[in-house]
Order: sequence, then structure tokens, then C-alpha cells
Amino acid sequence: MENYDLLVIGGGPAGMAAAIEAGKNGVERILIADRDVRLGGILNQCIHPGFGLELYKEELTGPEFAGRLIKEVSMQNIDVSPETMVVSLEENKVNNTGIGAFTADILTPGIGVRQISCDAVILAMGCRERTRGAIDIPGDRPSGIMTAGQAQRYINVEGLMVGKNIVILGSGDIGLIMARRLTLEGANVLCVCEVMPWSGGLRRNIVQCLDDFDIPLRLSTTVTDIKGDGRLESVTIAKVDDRLNPIKGTEETINCDTLLLSVGLIPENELSRELGVEISRNTRGPIVDQNMQTKLPGVFAAGNVLHVHDLVDNVVNEASKAGRDAAKYLKDKKGSNRETMDTGEEYIEVIPGKGLVYALPQRIAPIDNSTGAVSDSKIDFYFRVKMTMEDKYIKISQGDRIILRRLKVFMTPGEIEKISVSADKIQSKEPIYIEVEE
Amino acid sequence: MIELTCVICPRGCRVKVSDNFSETTGNKCPRGYVYAIQEAKEPKRILTSTVKIEGSGLKRLPVRSNSAIKKELMMEAMEFIKAFSVKGPVKAGDIIIPNVLGTEVNIIASSDA
Repeated sequence: MENYDLLVIGGGPAGMAAAIEAGKNGVERILIADRDVRLGGILNQCIHPGFGLELYKEELTGPEFAGRLIKEVSMQNIDVSPETMVVSLEENKVNNTGIGAFTADILTPGIGVRQISCDAVILAMGCRERTRGAIDIPGDRPSGIMTAGQAQRYINVEGLMVGKNIVILGSGDIGLIMARRLTLEGANVLCVCEVMPWSGGLRRNIVQCLDDFDIPLRLSTTVTDIKGDGRLESVTIAKVDDRLNPIKGTEETINCDTLLLSVGLIPENELSRELGVEISRNTRGPIVDQNMQTKLPGVFAAGNVLHVHDLVDNVVNEASKAGRDAAKYLKDKKGSNRETMDTGEEYIEVIPGKGLVYALPQRIAPIDNSTGAVSDSKIDFYFRVKMTMEDKYIKISQGDRIILRRLKVFMTPGEIEKISVSADKIQSKEPIYIEVEE
Repeated sequence: MIELTCVICPRGCRVKVSDNFSETTGNKCPRGYVYAIQEAKEPKRILTSTVKIEGSGLKRLPVRSNSAIKKELMMEAMEFIKAFSVKGPVKAGDIIIPNVLGTEVNIIASSDA
């Protein structure tokens, strides 16, 4: 049994930023476990620029951004276990054996199974891609069908070209980025299909990945059939109605050898569920407070495992909060009994109202005014809206009292919005509503 | 008159640029003016790709242009980059191809390898 204070599951930007901040705030024994051969997470395959514009005021590529965090990790005394899967994670109910509050079984080729005990956990496992099976595209099952991220890994890390004549389903950023990448590598990207009447990707990507290369964007269109014997030979696309059902008679057959799917990302919370962490239905990630602590004391979450992000800069901010609060938790824990630390009674519920898909955090922990910590003096709310809106007011209220009312000139589902509220504005225990004003 | 979409913020204003590249209409902010003029006059892009690398744990080394190159040179620069192979070890920032296609832009390594 190896004993640590803090186990960080995932060594991407979230895991690294959380570990760095925990270390800076006094946590001594930290272990980052990651399943890949190196730290960096998904950034290692995101070789395109656009990262770090907010955090570093520079336009970095994914690997460059990861490099900054990797350097900071190496400068601290943080243990890293690569090629490592955390295969189980449990609470220790019996606390008087000197073993930490949590036990994890970790698996590493060449080493085997090890048991890790720790007093706090940061969940930073990221997310996975939705597959063909998940969206039920009927037809043959030939090779040549894969998710856009999978293709990105093959091309950018393994050096393998995935095909020559490509159709992409889904106009989120991953699909758009891959449309450009494939074209630059000499493939023929025939079209990008998008089931919604608008693209979910950044405007910048529509211009620089599609318009630049004259790749057609087919909105309100989806793939309804797949044909191929051994290898993909063609797909059938069709227009959809306002209920997203294919319209008979609009079918078109496109000959191709590769179909890339960019149809959604799902936070990877198997371990969280196994541990008993409560998951929110609308973010698909753990329910957390303003410091990223889940409903299970000592367990924190940050990054795509919590909610799917658009900008890695936000991931670092979020993960830093988790790391800081984990450090505070461990310091407080040293002199007290775990059972007395969280009763959950004083938490204030945060409810996403009209116009919102979700809002984070889902609850506000009692604010500690004694430490005078800056982080406790303001609360950052993050949310996504259901559709594109211009010149609308966001209203945050408690009961009859309006805490904040702010004009947002432009909001769109593809971009997470942030509003900061000064903590002293929260003056009761009533639920907080965040909504778009009519 | 050139018409383009501004990419500076999510609003994506449709901007028209005058033929002498001095005036714009349609942009809702001054950043859009700067972007649209440059984009109409001489569109430039940062180019990223990977090159083969030997003597390293990685099979491919991610590379990037250290600043933007003319959009119309991108495909030609890609042909040039594809032919390259590098020997490790390499540090992020090392110049892999100096002055690519005479643009005074360097192709540099994006990560250590």
C-alpha cells in the first residue's frame, strides 16, 4: 500500500493544474495517475493553435500549452505514474486503522496492480466521444468509421492517415478541426454534415477550417445509412425537419471511404459513480460547490469530467480552485474527525432557470470569512444557454431579491458564459436562480 | 468590395471591406475593423502539422509556424513539411525549417521530443 495525501486521477490540463495548485498550497504527497505514456491529456493530440489566449495572452498549440503545465509539475515534488489506469476507487469506512479515507487500485503494465491510499481525490478524467452505436446510425458495419478525436490521435500521434475521401458528421469544433487537418494532409473532405440548423463550433473554426478550403457545411442534415463491404463505400445523407427526423425524398448518396463522427462528448464518470459521487443529469458530471468539491467530502472534480469545456484556459482556473480547496480540506482534516466536517445542511442550492441548459456550481458551501481568502470573496457561476441570444439580461436572484442583473450582448450554446458575484451579495439560504430575462 | 466573416468574437459579424482596404461596414466593434482589413488585404494563417521524428519516444513531432503565413501558401508549405524528417532529441521552440518558402516564417517544434 502506497500512502499519499492526494490522488489526482488524470494528468491532462485539469489534473496538472489541480496538482500544481495543491502543491503550492502545502499538500506534500501528491500522485497523478494517467493512462497515457506522458502527461498532457488530450492537448498532446491538439496540435492546432488557439490555446492560452486568456491565460497566457499568447496563442499556443495544445502541446505548447501542456508543456507549460508539465514544466510546473516537474518543478514541484509531485509523483507521476504514467500508463496507469485507476481500476477501482473506494471509501474506507473504517477510519481508525491509520489507512487514508480512500483506497484506489491502480494498474500499470510492467509493474502490475498497486494499492494507493489517500485522504483526498481530484477527479480529472476528462471525457470520451459519442460513437456511432450511441446515435444508432443504421447500415453496414465496415471499417473506416471512427470518431473525430480517434482520427486526430491516429494522424497526429501515430502518424497514420485514416482515409482519402472523407465525410464528417457533426460541426462541433473537433469535426471542424479535423476537416482542416485532413485537407492539409492531402485528403478530400467532401462535406461536414450538421443535424442542427446551426453549427456548434467556434466562428473562427468555420472560417479557418471550412471556408478556407471550400468545404461545404450541410446544416439540418444527418447520415441515415452506411454502405460498405469490408471498407466503407458510401453514406446516405438526408435533410431533417424541426424535430430532427430525416425527410423522405431528400436522400443523397456520397461515395467515400471514411466517416468521422463529431457528435458529442460525455464526461467520463465511471469511477465517480463507483465511489458514490452524485452526478448531475444536465452536466453529466459531479454536483459541486464553488470550490469544486463534490457532495462526497474530500473528493473534488475539475475539467471535462465536470462539464465539457470550450476553452482550456477555463479548465486551468477551475482545476486550480479544486487544488486549492483540496489543500484546505487536507489541512483542516489533520486536526479533526471526518464525520463532523460536512453535514450538507448549510449549502445553498443553485438552480438553472429559463434559457439555461445548466449552471455550475450546483450548490454554494458556507462561505468562510475568517480566512479572508480572495477566493471566498467572489463566486464564479458558469452556465450554457439553450440557444443563441442577443442583448438579453441574465438575472441572478434569491427569493424576491435580485442579486445581479447583467446585459449579455451575445450568448450562444457553443460557448460557456461566466458571471462573478461578490459573496456578500448572497444573504440568505434560499435557492439561487440564474435565468435569462424575457 | 470584399465581404467576410469576422472571427474575433462569437458574434461573427458579416463585414464589408472597401476596395482600397481602408473602410469597413458591418463590424460591431473596432477589433473587427482591424481584423477585417488584414483579412481582406492579405489573409494569413498559423500553420500546424507534424513531422516524422526518429530517436525519440514520439513517432510524430508536432510543429507550428512561429507566426502566420499567407493563406495561399499553406498547401505548398505542407508539401514541404511532409518531406521533412527530424532526429531527436528536440526541444519545444527549436527551428525545424527556417524561413519556409522564403516567407521569413520559421516552422518550429511545438513540444519536446
